[in-house]
Amino acid sequence: MNTEILGVILQWAALVALSYPLGRYIAKVYKGERTWLDFMAPVERRIYKLCGIHPDEEMNWKQFLKALLTVNVFWFIWGMVLLVCQGWLPLNPDGNGGQSPDLAFNTTISFMVNCNLQHYSGESGLTYFTQLFVIMLFQFVTAACGMAALAGVMKALVAKTTKTIGNFWVFLTKSVTRILMPLSLLVGILLVVNGTPMSFDGKQTIETLEGHEQVISQGPTAAIVSIKQLGTNGGGYFGTNSSHPLENPNAFTNILECCSILILPMAMVWAVGFYIRRRKLAAWIFGVMLFAFTVGVCVSVSQEMGGNPQIDEMGIEQDLGSMEGKEIRIGSGASALWGMATTVTSNGSVNSMHDSQTPLSGMLQMLNMQINCWFGGVGVGWMNYFTFLIIAVFISGLMVGRTPEFLGKKVEAREMKIATLVVLMHPFLILIGAGISSAVAAIHPEIGWLNNPSFHGLSEMLYEYTSAAANNGSGFEGLADNTPFWNISTGIALIMGRYFPIVGQVAIAGLLASKKYVPESAGTLKTDTFTFSLMTFVVIIIVAALSFFPALALGPIADYLSC
Amino acid sequence: MKNLWISLKFTLVMCVVLTIGYVLILRLTAAVASPNDGEAPMVELNGKIVGAANVGQQFTDDRYFWGRPSAVDYNGGASGGSNKGTNNPEYLAEVEARIEVFLEAHPYLERKDVPAEMVTASGSGLDPDISPRGAEVQIRRVAEARGMSEDQVRKIVEKTIQKPWLGLFGTYKVNVLKLNIALDEAQKLAIE
Repeated sequence: MNTEILGVILQWAALVALSYPLGRYIAKVYKGERTWLDFMAPVERRIYKLCGIHPDEEMNWKQFLKALLTVNVFWFIWGMVLLVCQGWLPLNPDGNGGQSPDLAFNTTISFMVNCNLQHYSGESGLTYFTQLFVIMLFQFVTAACGMAALAGVMKALVAKTTKTIGNFWVFLTKSVTRILMPLSLLVGILLVVNGTPMSFDGKQTIETLEGHEQVISQGPTAAIVSIKQLGTNGGGYFGTNSSHPLENPNAFTNILECCSILILPMAMVWAVGFYIRRRKLAAWIFGVMLFAFTVGVCVSVSQEMGGNPQIDEMGIEQDLGSMEGKEIRIGSGASALWGMATTVTSNGSVNSMHDSQTPLSGMLQMLNMQINCWFGGVGVGWMNYFTFLIIAVFISGLMVGRTPEFLGKKVEAREMKIATLVVLMHPFLILIGAGISSAVAAIHPEIGWLNNPSFHGLSEMLYEYTSAAANNGSGFEGLADNTPFWNISTGIALIMGRYFPIVGQVAIAGLLASKKYVPESAGTLKTDTFTFSLMTFVVIIIVAALSFFPALALGPIADYLSC
Repeated sequence: MKNLWISLKFTLVMCVVLTIGYVLILRLTAAVASPNDGEAPMVELNGKIVGAANVGQQFTDDRYFWGRPSAVDYNGGASGGSNKGTNNPEYLAEVEARIEVFLEAHPYLERKDVPAEMVTASGSGLDPDISPRGAEVQIRRVAEARGMSEDQVRKIVEKTIQKPWLGLFGTYKVNVLKLNIALDEAQKLAIE
């Protein structure tokens, strides 16, 4: 069998197999049960003491959200100040300057919301100091923030009737010390051994074999690459992310990095199942997500390995598939798999240029982000699915004439209003943004944003807002996006796309938690069945996917049909 | 206000924890176990560094195997791809022009033998590898320019081909820089 396809199958199988035990471990961490990383406990106590956190203090959902939003506001100030001033700060051997205020605004927001849309290029737009203490720091703490939110939601769902949903600061700390840091260390060590740089020396200039001068950028790459993958961050160290041969040196590191994208979002689904003691429900949710992901992978892999029909028409040999924007050591199959993995989660790192992938692959990447809950970002992905579950419960309840209940709690008008707003916000942000920018680009074609004409040009803009609202961070990078218009408009989409859903979802969970527990009876709508899973899937397709169909028809579908 | 105070302290503590518990550990691992003390692994010819093993470089001389087209001319300080869409007419014209240049340099080839990866740009602009097929089609040109026999060159190419991971997963590839160094070394030995 083709070794490229074998590589794809290996990654898929490894992910499914590893996510289950990891999910069990994560549930234990948030429950405070014994794990083999208990030697971290003294470190955590030290952190609580230094920060003035009282680990036993329980918060209600409003206090929980207040803590979450405050720390995010603080991170915003932290990031803005450091990025604008980076030129004067230490660890800057290449003498890179500070970022402009609008670029710093976009960069800070995008890392603060765990998105990592990058309108700068890593080699010249940052210093080693900001790479570590803005980029890497945010990649840890904002991923932890999403996980902490989910931990609060889990705690709310498992309790019979409760006012409190746990301590935000404790969840935040434990997400770093027990989950993100140990895993990143493991992945980082494997990367370093395989030749990903990890040093603090500046650029090197060498004379090539033919006698030209070549500059080689390096730095503390491995520290950022491992957490960018594991925390569904995606912000690369180098401009071209994981297609860069120093960031992703060989087939093994590619498999490792690609699996790191999906492992935590997948494990989170199981973790919820273990935590709320509903493993069957978790298995059905996992099944729906895996099904949607796998269909996308099959289509995209066959498209990319099949090659670009326009190149075929030129009469040359295209045995390796569509190779524009792809690397030989990775190959077209693994590039297609990565494209799907990075968009079903809100990761957004790339190992090939999505702008140059075939139109249907590009469409599926956008669709994954537009739906944004096939695994999704760490923590927040499951919560997006949870919103759809609430809607599906409500709709099916109405259809069969039963009171809509989820996990023994009645779903009522207030929760439904929040869920509906959260779900509709996403298409609103994307379509309005893409609409305004297309109007501007059509009226002023001389503005020079687009790298490609016609349908694909529209796709470039649609992709950018989709990626921003979904907090993904990948892009059709041909778009000239480091301008005030794009920096600010996507910055707004980023903020709305992150905090609106988190606040809404934690609120729903908090509201449900405070309600009276209704024991299951024969009249309860069962949520851990095939029928209900199918129902949820259909709701997601109708609500999320179909909102975008007209836009997709004008972009990638028209692009596909015109070749 | 209390939350803001905790936020500040938490952020500072995390900087310290991550620096000591993560960045430093990785840096030390790199010093002990990485191929080149945490820097990009380099390759030498006659004791002189001629490039980074994993970073592709520009080759235009007939005596050398060529790498893939690069949207950034192999600038290791600013990686980048073309980001051209598959149907972009400007892009397709560019590929057509590359095919013609490639055929001119390899007049013994027919159009259908030109591997697409040799006329399409890589993602990073720094792809260090070509496919075994991409090397195969260049053998005759390199052999003629160097005055070596095709068999000699082919043997060196075959020795340089890297198999997929564990022989099973991924692609076959040839590192262009290492292949060209092997050629230079082989010819130097022959002269001596």
